[in-house]
Amino acid sequence: MKYLQQFLLILCISFVGEFLKYVLPLPIPASIYGMVILFVGLLTGLIKLEQVKDVGKFLIEIMPVMFIPAGVGLMESWGTLKPFVLPVSVITVITIVTVMAATGICSQWVIRKEKKQEGGAANE
Amino acid sequence: MNELYQNSLFAGVTISLLAYALGMFLKKKLKLGIFNPLLISIVLTIVFLACTGIEYDTYNQGAAYLSWFLTPATVCLAIPLYEQWELLKKNHRAVILGITAGVLTSLGTVLILCKLMNLSHEMYVTMLPKSITTAIGMGVSEELGGYVTITVAVIVITGVLGNIFGELICKIFRITEPISKGLALGASSHAIGTAKAIEIGEIEGAMSSLAIAVTGIMTVVLASLFASFL
Repeated sequence: MKYLQQFLLILCISFVGEFLKYVLPLPIPASIYGMVILFVGLLTGLIKLEQVKDVGKFLIEIMPVMFIPAGVGLMESWGTLKPFVLPVSVITVITIVTVMAATGICSQWVIRKEKKQEGGAANE
Repeated sequence: MNELYQNSLFAGVTISLLAYALGMFLKKKLKLGIFNPLLISIVLTIVFLACTGIEYDTYNQGAAYLSWFLTPATVCLAIPLYEQWELLKKNHRAVILGITAGVLTSLGTVLILCKLMNLSHEMYVTMLPKSITTAIGMGVSEELGGYVTITVAVIVITGVLGNIFGELICKIFRITEPISKGLALGASSHAIGTAKAIEIGEIEGAMSSLAIAVTGIMTVVLASLFASFL
């Protein structure tokens, strides 16, 4: 019963996410609303971690395979993509590198600066 | 026989998962980044469909059940996020600055490259939401008048490439803090990158999950502004 109850709760949250997507005129998918609901629920204690943990961890673990159909779907969009393949590839590859570098380096710079300050404060 | 797998609901999913398991096995044996289970399973499944002449739609009748789990699984990304809440609060400046830098870099890089390559406005807005999660990216592309099919394809390719090369890129730029690695993966390659971040570690996974949601929402707001630049 444990797994059924956990799965049920997760599906309920997903449904509330769908409902919000339906009533709110924003281009935000049901899954993001659901993620926020579950997060707020856990923070406020309305939802206990034990009520979602096992099924949640299982779903997260198998998440990569859920992207296989979308990836295989590329064979369908190949016809549309083909004429633009060069510029699209250039943009895709360069952007991945620049975004990762920018995000990683900026956040790391702040983390290290704060660590130093903390260290400095502790030594005083 | 032919008729059986033309109509089978299980063939598609079974092939996908078998290919994934094979990918996991190869990765373990050969320890090479290019043997990415997700990439291998996608390629093998496409080859299988092409060889047997099964239509994508037929395959997807069964495989759609795999995609169906994406919404509840994405909802569950709140769990690692909650587990790392203290760490997140402590590092909120780094998180906010890192994600903002990522979103601006994504939109800015697309703008500059489209200008350099003289691409049309339609193509530009098609590429703008490329770093964010599919469901949000489709909406942005549609609203700005882009080619939604290409947007989806590019988002998936971005995710898969990020999943494969994320660790290498982090290494090259000496990004070693777990928080930064997670943010970098999530901001650049959304949920598919996050799948990799979760494999690397709990902190990486949580930060990457957070980055999906925040970059998605930030991009919705900023993309319409950027759309007027070209």
